[in-house]
Amino acid sequence: MGEAIVITSGKGGVGKTTTSANLGTALALMEKKVCLIDTDIGLRNLDVVMGLENRIIYDIIDVIVGRCALKQALIKDKRFDHLYLLPAAQTSDKTDLTPDGMEKIVAELKPEFDYIIIDCPAGIEQGYKNAVAGADKAIVVTTPEKPSVRDADRIIGLLEQEDIEPPKLIVNRIRNHMVQEGDMLEVDEIVQVLSIDLLGIVLDDDEVIKASNHGEPVAFQPNTKASIAYRNIARRILGESVPLMSFESEKGMFSRLKKLFSKSK
Amino acid sequence: MIGNKQIITIKGTREGLSLHMDDACSFEELIKELEEKLAANRIDSADHLVGVHIQLGNRYLYKEQEEILRKMITSKQRLKIESIHSDVITKQAANEWKEEAEVKAVSRVVRSGQVLEVKGDLLLLGDVNPGGCVTATGNIFVMGNLLGIAHAGKDGNADAVIAASYMNPTQLRIADYISRAPDHETDGVYMECGHIDDEQEKIIIDRLQAVIRKRPGISSFERRMLNG
Repeated sequence: MGEAIVITSGKGGVGKTTTSANLGTALALMEKKVCLIDTDIGLRNLDVVMGLENRIIYDIIDVIVGRCALKQALIKDKRFDHLYLLPAAQTSDKTDLTPDGMEKIVAELKPEFDYIIIDCPAGIEQGYKNAVAGADKAIVVTTPEKPSVRDADRIIGLLEQEDIEPPKLIVNRIRNHMVQEGDMLEVDEIVQVLSIDLLGIVLDDDEVIKASNHGEPVAFQPNTKASIAYRNIARRILGESVPLMSFESEKGMFSRLKKLFSKSK
Repeated sequence: MIGNKQIITIKGTREGLSLHMDDACSFEELIKELEEKLAANRIDSADHLVGVHIQLGNRYLYKEQEEILRKMITSKQRLKIESIHSDVITKQAANEWKEEAEVKAVSRVVRSGQVLEVKGDLLLLGDVNPGGCVTATGNIFVMGNLLGIAHAGKDGNADAVIAASYMNPTQLRIADYISRAPDHETDGVYMECGHIDDEQEKIIIDRLQAVIRKRPGISSFERRMLNG
């Protein structure tokens, strides 16, 4: 029996879809059977990030209203045999998707897959409620910016009312030089305010944008900063304990020593 | 039944007249005797108003009964009712009273968009995040970071205070007073307490120790009883 993980954030544009695509890919790289579900009806783009747009025939709404079987709507990834995508509808009426319908779909997928990754739309309305309905776990994505952290806080509050495990946090798009100069929130600060477990941090990386444009999730690349980060997060989801990536490697030896001493005080 | 026992005993004290009313008779009997007593004791109309303290014992007066009593005493003589004291209150009033006087301990994080409302004092074991809001009819004590909005003395108690382990709030509100954070970013303060300063007529934040001195009754039950 697999587990369903919803990727959510409240705010738009913080990297939910990119995170979903890359965690799905990273888990598939580790030989897990993974199904990605895009629940952003009307604004689907998980298929674009995965490079599977041209293969879509049926979508999630077709499954809900019974125009096709669930198996028919699942798109097999072009790189893996054990990675699938259930795309969102682009034109259908989005009120057709309900939490009940979503729960049914997830329940049907669970015996077949190890992980079901649900990409949640931005906002806290119906789309969010649908996405969360079938999930066992939740991952909250935020960037080191105040508005994003504020919305993440709101979402965590809402998730606490759901019948799921306490959510985990991914801090996305950290810019080294800005954090060092104090122009960006520090990870520690974010974790302290949100008071949930940190699952991983992802550095801002131009490769992510390039990869999205090519329809090849960055997690495929062997050694870019972001791909290592996503694969580390996937390993943590599998239960391994992987230390957090150090993003202070560019700092001099002296300042690192200084930090070490100031911590031990 | 009652025999010759007096239903109403009148005593003169330094504060004025003290009327002890027997609590074993019916209200009708009480009123009847009161009427007689008031008719018998003429007070010169040139005299000062005399304050009256009424002791009801274990008698509970309904609103209408209290009205009748007040009207009788104030209309017939040059008397002024200073206080009506009864040893009993209704269960409902007692419960409300208790609620007002209680310290409610809550352990959770009040996150953005969430509102935590309590009657009485709030003891929060956890943070109030930016965008979150806590309100109480009494004081607010936050064992954690207060970064959102706190409103103490919500029903108008201007003596209420807001204390926090770490205080960097968006807004502090006490009774009808509101203060907000400055527009520039500030570091918060540790172990401080917001309260209304009587001279400046605004909310100020001071060291916890200093505020305790200004509000000595902060934790005593007596204060709560008076407010209740």
